Amino acid sequence: MSTTYQQPTERGYYGQFGGAFIPEMLYPNVEELRQQYLDILADPAFQQEYQQLLRDYVGRPTPLFEAKRLSAKYNTHVYLKREDLCHTGAHKVNNTVGQILLAKRLGKTRIIAETGAGQHGVATATVCALMGMQCIVYMGEIDMERQKPNVYRMRLLGAEVRAALSGSRTLKDATNEAIRDWISNPVDTHYIIGSVVGPHPYPDLVARLQAVISEEMRKQLLEKTGSELPSYVVACVGGGSNAAGAFYHFLEEPAVKLVAVEAAGHGVNSGHSAATSVLGKPGIIHGSRTLLMQDEDGQITEPYSLSAGLDYPGIGPLHAFLADSGRARFISIEDEDALRAVAELSRLEGIIPALETAHALAALGQLGAGPDDVVVVNLSGRGDKDLETYLKYADTIL
Amino acid sequence: MQNRIQQAFQKKGKGLLNVYFTAGYPSLHDTVPLIKSLTQAGADLIEIGMPFSDPLADGPVIQASSTAALQNGMNMRVLFQQLEGIRQEVPEAPILLMGYLNPVMQFGVENFCREAAAAGVDGVILPDLPLDDYVAEYQDMFRRYNLRPVFLITPQTAPERIRRIDELTDSFLYLVSGPGTTGGANTQAEGVQEAYFQRIEAMNLRNPRLIGFGIGDKASFQRACQYAEGAIIGSALIRALEGTDDAPAAAARFVSSVLK
Repeated sequence: MSTTYQQPTERGYYGQFGGAFIPEMLYPNVEELRQQYLDILADPAFQQEYQQLLRDYVGRPTPLFEAKRLSAKYNTHVYLKREDLCHTGAHKVNNTVGQILLAKRLGKTRIIAETGAGQHGVATATVCALMGMQCIVYMGEIDMERQKPNVYRMRLLGAEVRAALSGSRTLKDATNEAIRDWISNPVDTHYIIGSVVGPHPYPDLVARLQAVISEEMRKQLLEKTGSELPSYVVACVGGGSNAAGAFYHFLEEPAVKLVAVEAAGHGVNSGHSAATSVLGKPGIIHGSRTLLMQDEDGQITEPYSLSAGLDYPGIGPLHAFLADSGRARFISIEDEDALRAVAELSRLEGIIPALETAHALAALGQLGAGPDDVVVVNLSGRGDKDLETYLKYADTIL
Repeated sequence: MQNRIQQAFQKKGKGLLNVYFTAGYPSLHDTVPLIKSLTQAGADLIEIGMPFSDPLADGPVIQASSTAALQNGMNMRVLFQQLEGIRQEVPEAPILLMGYLNPVMQFGVENFCREAAAAGVDGVILPDLPLDDYVAEYQDMFRRYNLRPVFLITPQTAPERIRRIDELTDSFLYLVSGPGTTGGANTQAEGVQEAYFQRIEAMNLRNPRLIGFGIGDKASFQRACQYAEGAIIGSALIRALEGTDDAPAAAARFVSSVLK
């Protein structure tokens, strides 16, 4: 069966990447979701409720802002898709609003989630509060320390935050614990995965729920530039949900250059990096065959990035396919350059970005974009959660 | 072609004990001494865990033993070297390898099958290998090397899927006792587990059944044996090996405590 970039095969493959490599304990849940998700998403009643919540609760459409001072600096036209203005401060809520409605239709009463930077955890806790559902969020112990405000936000919203104490105690391990919870609670629980990772149908489900980002971009670009199609779309990639949403409606438009920005940490070859497209090879993580950072024995290696949302040893199978096929260009940005980009956007445009998002901004100088080009950067999240980190690295930033 | 798994079930019929331990734990070279002492103490099948960094279906005890084994230097090459010649010392007891798909894929599935068959391994348990992928890509290979896949069944597995699993192997069916990862306690309401075991028993399946997850002592072993041909113990054995300087002796004591 042929794959397009947008649509995986029936078994969830984008090229050689994807699938559902899950133990039998998860099979009934994942299969139930696989059989129903497309019908539920297409149901007019679902769409009406989803669209209404996106408008009245999330605050969509988010603006597309022409960043004139940033444009002048890079001698091109830079537009920022303001996902940082979504309720809860990042694009993550687009997905959680959709999945909580899906979970209700599947008759689930208990919600679990993993979180890295805490943005997906907050977005999940938020929709659970809205719908009166029990919410348990798994978060690596290290991430709980470096993203404290989000831990408190989740608790304030009524969620229980459970520390993942195994492995590197970051996003990968939080995901392991969430999967183990689902194995232990197979009947009443829905797992709201926060990125385009995991077994099929999650990568496709999350991409579809985030696709609203590029759907709006096209309309807004037409209005502002006279063309629906920009020259470049740039987004950061950990698992890759904001990039999947920003790329989605441009995937089949070869004229649009897609740029995925990974976290290089201390440097791609430093041994402390999360640049999966460079360092990874095909393997299986969290139920999906994708590019994966691993040693020669197939043991998953510990990624590193200063940003809690990007230090994941895999990428979504869609992104692995985009990297493998050359449809997207992958750039990696080191911690320090991301921190400098935080200062740059703050000073030039009065917008403090999340540390994850700053990686995408730091790639602006490497695109090769000219004065006639239109560059859209997906401003996936705001920096409030990172203030403690920004304070710690004030010498680099200021 | 028969293999040792079928022979073990034919010979004993009921009350079979399958013990799991992680290769390379508590120390790197305990693997072979443990196989010998476990079988001498009366274990009927030996399931060797191939340690993985991210064992999703396992609870904290097996996670910790896997991490320790990897730190001790265990990997697939070392394991197959250790198993070389094991059939001179342990000729009869079925040996199964349990692990996760990624290390096997990186080793090469065909290489893995060849090495396993050469060492005298009889069965393979890879919980994250999907049934469809097994059939499409690996079934012929497994047959060529006379390796038997063992598949898991849970209380949520649909009857038609159980029938399909039963058709796909000639070894045994691994009945997961209830919701949860390995080593957890049974938290199900009274009667729920029994009803599940009886429902499977009433299906009159081709393969014998072993019950695993949450079996850890004589009482739980004997109870499981009322509903199946035997049971699987893993985490409780690993716990008995923690902190000991004579792992084979501790393993033998543990098996005796279950079977005595």
